[in-house]
Amino acid sequence: MKRKLRTLLASLFAISLLAAACGGEDRPEAGALGAVEVETGDAIQIRSLEAITGDVAFLGLPLERSTILAIEDYGPIQGFDVDLGTTLDDLCSNDGGQAAAQSIVADEDVIGVIGTSCSGAAVAAAPLITDAGMVLISGGNTSPALTSDLLGTQGENYNVGYYRTAHNDLFQGAAMAKFVYGELGLTTAAAIHDGDPYTQGLAQAFADAFKAEGGTVTGFTAVNKDDTDMVPALTEIAAGSPEALFFPIFQPAGDFIADQAAGVPGLENTVLLAADGLLNTNYLALSQTEGMYFSGPDTRFGDNVNESTGKTADDFLSKYEELYGEKPAAPFWAHGYDATTLLLDAIAAASYLEGDTLVIDRQGVRDHLNSVSGYSGLIGTISCDEFGDCGAARITVVQNIGGEANAEASMENVVFSFAP
Amino acid sequence: MTLKRGAPTRGTPRGQPRVQHGGHRTRIDWFLAILRVTVLIVVGVGLLAFIAQEINPDNPFARWANPDATGLTAAQIRGLVVSGVAQGSMYGLIALGYSMVYGVLGFINFAHGEVFMVGAMTGMITSNKLADAGLWESNFIGSLVFIVVVSIIVSTLTAVVMERVAYRPLRGAPRLIPLITSIGVSFFLQNASVVLLGPASKSYPDVPDWVKAKHTFLQVEGGKILVVVVAAASMAALWYYVDRTKTGKAMRAVAEDAEIAALMGINVNRTIVKVFAVGGAMAGMAGILWGILFRSVIHTTGFLPGIKAFSAAVVGGIGHLGGAMAGGLSIGVAESVGPLVILEPLGVSGVSQLRDAVAFSMLIIVLLVRPAGLFGERLPGEDRA
Repeated sequence: MKRKLRTLLASLFAISLLAAACGGEDRPEAGALGAVEVETGDAIQIRSLEAITGDVAFLGLPLERSTILAIEDYGPIQGFDVDLGTTLDDLCSNDGGQAAAQSIVADEDVIGVIGTSCSGAAVAAAPLITDAGMVLISGGNTSPALTSDLLGTQGENYNVGYYRTAHNDLFQGAAMAKFVYGELGLTTAAAIHDGDPYTQGLAQAFADAFKAEGGTVTGFTAVNKDDTDMVPALTEIAAGSPEALFFPIFQPAGDFIADQAAGVPGLENTVLLAADGLLNTNYLALSQTEGMYFSGPDTRFGDNVNESTGKTADDFLSKYEELYGEKPAAPFWAHGYDATTLLLDAIAAASYLEGDTLVIDRQGVRDHLNSVSGYSGLIGTISCDEFGDCGAARITVVQNIGGEANAEASMENVVFSFAP
Repeated sequence: MTLKRGAPTRGTPRGQPRVQHGGHRTRIDWFLAILRVTVLIVVGVGLLAFIAQEINPDNPFARWANPDATGLTAAQIRGLVVSGVAQGSMYGLIALGYSMVYGVLGFINFAHGEVFMVGAMTGMITSNKLADAGLWESNFIGSLVFIVVVSIIVSTLTAVVMERVAYRPLRGAPRLIPLITSIGVSFFLQNASVVLLGPASKSYPDVPDWVKAKHTFLQVEGGKILVVVVAAASMAALWYYVDRTKTGKAMRAVAEDAEIAALMGINVNRTIVKVFAVGGAMAGMAGILWGILFRSVIHTTGFLPGIKAFSAAVVGGIGHLGGAMAGGLSIGVAESVGPLVILEPLGVSGVSQLRDAVAFSMLIIVLLVRPAGLFGERLPGEDRA
């Protein structure tokens, strides 16, 4: 009995000594989410989670590459290199986002993730990543469900720790509605989505905005991502004889809708419109998309300078072409670049040296991102609202000139601009 | 024209209806009966509501379930049926391969959908090469024949090599083993396509106007007429091959009993290779028709049509070639017409997304009413895998 007591006392003494040693130094409190320590020689871990295979690779590859280039331009943080690891694939789907997020959170050293490309993937990935104390910053997600309705109500898939530099699709829907109603002078319209949160959110945003403008929505339906025969869905839409048909979906379903619409009785003269999910050179080169209108982020970045790296969009594009031998196939590269520099800035702001070890406070990263205001990025001035919407909401509508040779020119053939 | 394992007269009669030995109906029989009646009522009410809304969208019966009913014009209904028939012809062509292999070897070759994809991919590459050379526009029919030949050769080779490498070593193994192997082959072919051609969807060159434009005759797009005609011709050729030639007789003999066929001097291995080759050729043909109709192909193109074609083979009665074609047509038409004609009048929303559900419900309904399929014979003593 006596010996037991003595052991107990000795261990208590040892513990108190240890505690004193730790508490004795002058050190800021680690936030509620804990901190990550990076030893000398190790690198700061962040990850990229984009749609890099499949039909949506046109969207994900430029995003992945913009993150790689931004890290290179930014350089080390307090002497520590930033390691992106291997890019994970969000497969542009809920399942893909979930699987990738699970493998990311298994590594406790990861501070933040740049991604995803697709809203559908973010719906599954965001809760896992943010619960692990990491942040998720997307250059490609636009679904209103991921942030808010812009009127102060959080979206059903909002998570604290989620941010994005891409626009909220409520802006894109409103831009398209104004264009169809005001510019083209059409009063009836229909919309088709494919059940994905991005496509459904945008189609709904368009329908709501079109009604608000004074137009009539004659049909609202959905197809499956892997459908090829669109005649039934188009016939359903044709029953309302709309003057305009908005289908903010992806390839290959978008190919089939554009191809088969003209053959469905009632849709022969309907104006076809799509959004940034189809705004890529591959789609614009298809003969059936000639004359179609596409909404998307305004890519006329001009002389905007990213204040963290000092680079302009032209600097970025020339380096991109030099490295990858092509122009970015989709418009969100600038958003991905700014998302990355925002994360690196936040890590720099939330970290301090303790001897040779870099300590990064997870809550500090979020605090920094929450306070971003008037940041100058490639996409323009970036300010984050309370639900993580940081993007500049400038939308343009372009028209496809037609022909494979004109695909790149069509991306810049702006016929309508919108800024809230 | 049946390729079917085991003659109906052979074996012990195990497949008798339950009513006979029990004398009274079991709970499962009641459940099935109720299910059948429910399905019939849903389909019947949907059809009646559709007819009501076609007569006058404002009548109370049409308004009852779907307040926004507008009805379809005759041209729209025709468009639905025609696109269902065209799509169904392709399902039928692919289903022939499933049905023949099942008939002879008794296992489901799940990689058959990928043979179809290989055919469509080959057609895409060849037709783009022809378009670059300017031949596609100047001589469309000639080019079409050429890509059909190339594509049939490539997909036939794919099917034959698949048999040689993946299935022949497993001859005699339990049926589950080649089935699982075929799933592996299916993934292999899909991923090989990603590695060789990349993951993005690829398009066929633009087809001449007469393929896209509607013809005065029947008001149907030329491409769809082409698809149906070519599918019918292929079917007729296959029927002649299996029913009238010596090789066809050998196939039927091997299907009946491989051991006895071997004793009669038939080279079983060579006959099985021919079965795979013919199935591959049909899939290659379907691949080209797909390319002409949809003008876009991706490595997963074969997956869903493959599953639907397999369902078509089962609906028609697996092992029965005419049944495969009929099953393909009925699934194609059902998934095209069903959502708008039965579900929408019932007030179901987003019906166009339910086309796959309609296609597979069709499979279940047919199996509920005729477990052996539309043309299948009820076989005694067959252990179904």
